[in-house]
Amino acid sequence: MIAPTKEKDVSAVVRAAIEKHGSNRDALIPILSEINQALGYIPGEAFREVRKQIHNPAEQVYLAESQLFTLASFYDMLSTKPRGRHVIKFCENAPCHVVGSKAVWDTLRETLHLKNGETTPDDKWTLVTTSCLGLCSVGPVVLIDDDLYGNITPEQVDGILARYE
Amino acid sequence: MQTKRAMILVSNDAESVRLGANELIAHLTEALNAYGLQDEVEISTLSDVGNLNLNILPLVAVYPEATIYGPVKAGDARYLVEEHLYKGRVANDLLAPPKQLSGNIGWLRAHKGYNPAEQRIVLERAGRIDPDSIEEFISENGYQALGKALTEMTPEQVIETIEKSGLQGRGGAGFPAGRKWRFVRGTPSEKKYVVCNADESEPGTFKDRIVLEGDPHAIVEAMAIAAYAIGADEGYIYIRGEYGVAYHRLERAIHQAEEFGFLGKNIFGTDFNFHLHIHAGAGAYVCGEETALIESIEGKRGEPRARPPYPTTNGLWNKPTLVNNVETLANIPAILRNGAEWYKSFGTPSSPGTKVYTIMGNVNFTGVIEVPMGITLREVINIYAKGMKPGSMLKLAQTGGSSGSIIPASLQDTPMDFESFRKAGVSLGSGALLIADQNTCIVDLAKVLLQFFRFESCGKCTPCRIGTQRLYEGVERITQGQGKLEDLDKLLSLGQEMERASNCGLGQTASVPVRDMLKHFRTEVEAHIRLGVCPTGICPMTVEEEEPVAA
Repeated sequence: MIAPTKEKDVSAVVRAAIEKHGSNRDALIPILSEINQALGYIPGEAFREVRKQIHNPAEQVYLAESQLFTLASFYDMLSTKPRGRHVIKFCENAPCHVVGSKAVWDTLRETLHLKNGETTPDDKWTLVTTSCLGLCSVGPVVLIDDDLYGNITPEQVDGILARYE
Repeated sequence: MQTKRAMILVSNDAESVRLGANELIAHLTEALNAYGLQDEVEISTLSDVGNLNLNILPLVAVYPEATIYGPVKAGDARYLVEEHLYKGRVANDLLAPPKQLSGNIGWLRAHKGYNPAEQRIVLERAGRIDPDSIEEFISENGYQALGKALTEMTPEQVIETIEKSGLQGRGGAGFPAGRKWRFVRGTPSEKKYVVCNADESEPGTFKDRIVLEGDPHAIVEAMAIAAYAIGADEGYIYIRGEYGVAYHRLERAIHQAEEFGFLGKNIFGTDFNFHLHIHAGAGAYVCGEETALIESIEGKRGEPRARPPYPTTNGLWNKPTLVNNVETLANIPAILRNGAEWYKSFGTPSSPGTKVYTIMGNVNFTGVIEVPMGITLREVINIYAKGMKPGSMLKLAQTGGSSGSIIPASLQDTPMDFESFRKAGVSLGSGALLIADQNTCIVDLAKVLLQFFRFESCGKCTPCRIGTQRLYEGVERITQGQGKLEDLDKLLSLGQEMERASNCGLGQTASVPVRDMLKHFRTEVEAHIRLGVCPTGICPMTVEEEEPVAA
């Protein structure tokens, strides 16, 4: 469960992430991951904050917001748009496909009335496809927030979704 | 022309004839007539069965599935025809034991507790020790090899041992590990790095996860040994962002190793220092490519660099860098402890050692196994995977993940080692074995694979960025009943261009599904186009509304 952005102090989240991972170049992706984890996505304000807190020409440290945005747009686990309270990641790769994932995907879409990448109007669910999660021996696989579900059948979808508030 | 859908081969060498092969042929012919299959199925004979075990003669091979039955008695003929050719399922009780077909399983030492036999080197401790306990790791020979290397061996001797062992990189390419180490050692530099590639993202591959989650100290130990051998004092484990459990176990392992003095300064009382960091990715398949991985550690988009120069001379922060896969590294301590000769006693002469395979698909057992190089797919399916699921017949296997190969059932007796696979034009890749039955449509499967590549293409180079998209569209059109025969050759030549012109392995292998689809299953593809029918009934054969791609 992810708290709405407004309730959290973006600046404090960024500060904590930098304290944990340092401010070297190789810390940028871990910092963004940390922010994404805490806020559910990376708002524009967070990019400005990271830049403000790391950029330091006096110490020869130069950082532009665009450098941060280009990372967030490249990596699949980072999101620049708000997502629902729960994110459903559905594995669309061949190992799950061969054991019947398409039927599960169709059921998910029909139950939630969502297409790939969309969020429900009540901001409860976001449905996205993902590449292989490395759990192929129990496919089809669905990841909801941090909860993994394997060997899913279309009949189980309703019961699983009902566990989430 | 009347096309046959299946072919039955009956062995009729002298021994088979003595055991009733001719009578069997007569009964099979009779049974085919009884089921009205005489025009669809051809019967022929097979006079040379090699040096097969006499216990399985007479032998019956049914194609295209390459299912081998034996010994088959005349009285079994009607049952076999009914099950396999009329009902379309494997007559499991008549199957020839795969062990007797090639005999490779005989190489395995029977292990207590593992059934069937495996040879575990990489996975020796995984699942047997508490991964969070350094004490348990030490009690199972842990950090012994590091101590031996630091106190009894020179870096040169360590590299020599790895070279002599014949260990090949297990990330997919199979490059000799010792030679790579020597390259990095031979590059003069004040600063060098060791990087563990734990960005296991190849669809169908989870062997590294099993090592990282079950035996994290093995990687810490192996990286310290590698650092000593090449002259590095700093290392990174780049682990994919999705592997949260493995990340935390590695973090703990590094912390424990520092406390025990296996990492840090003056390790084992020598002047060798080694500091190890762990770096999580954030979801990008292409970061498994070593230069993309290095870019990603440096805090950039994971776009592969142009090569040469290679990481062995210009790697992380432009310093000489050794990048090894998790499974490759996990072999190192055992090789140093037991010696190169011991290691070479497993596997084949050109591909020594074991391989960890991940098995998935329409089989009875899915999961991970570690067996010597050179066993066959048939052995994997029938022994380790405990056969195809009831009602399933092997149609194809995908070896090595999405960038690997698609092979038809008829190639299931090719020994799985780097050399034999290379000769057969097949890729062993990461060791993923996806077993698919008759309900898989080859065009639909190719579409799923190409969707993966177009989604994961980093977009840096044009052949891959546009090529993956065009290949996808071409294959999708076939699934929509819009395919044209002349498109097939265009797809092939586009694929060849991508192979030649793409900057990294992603674009170079993205066309493999199309290539293999047309190489092995052209009839099925053409049925979509000529007849407007998907033989398995999976493809929509009509244009559906396209889904938006996730942001």
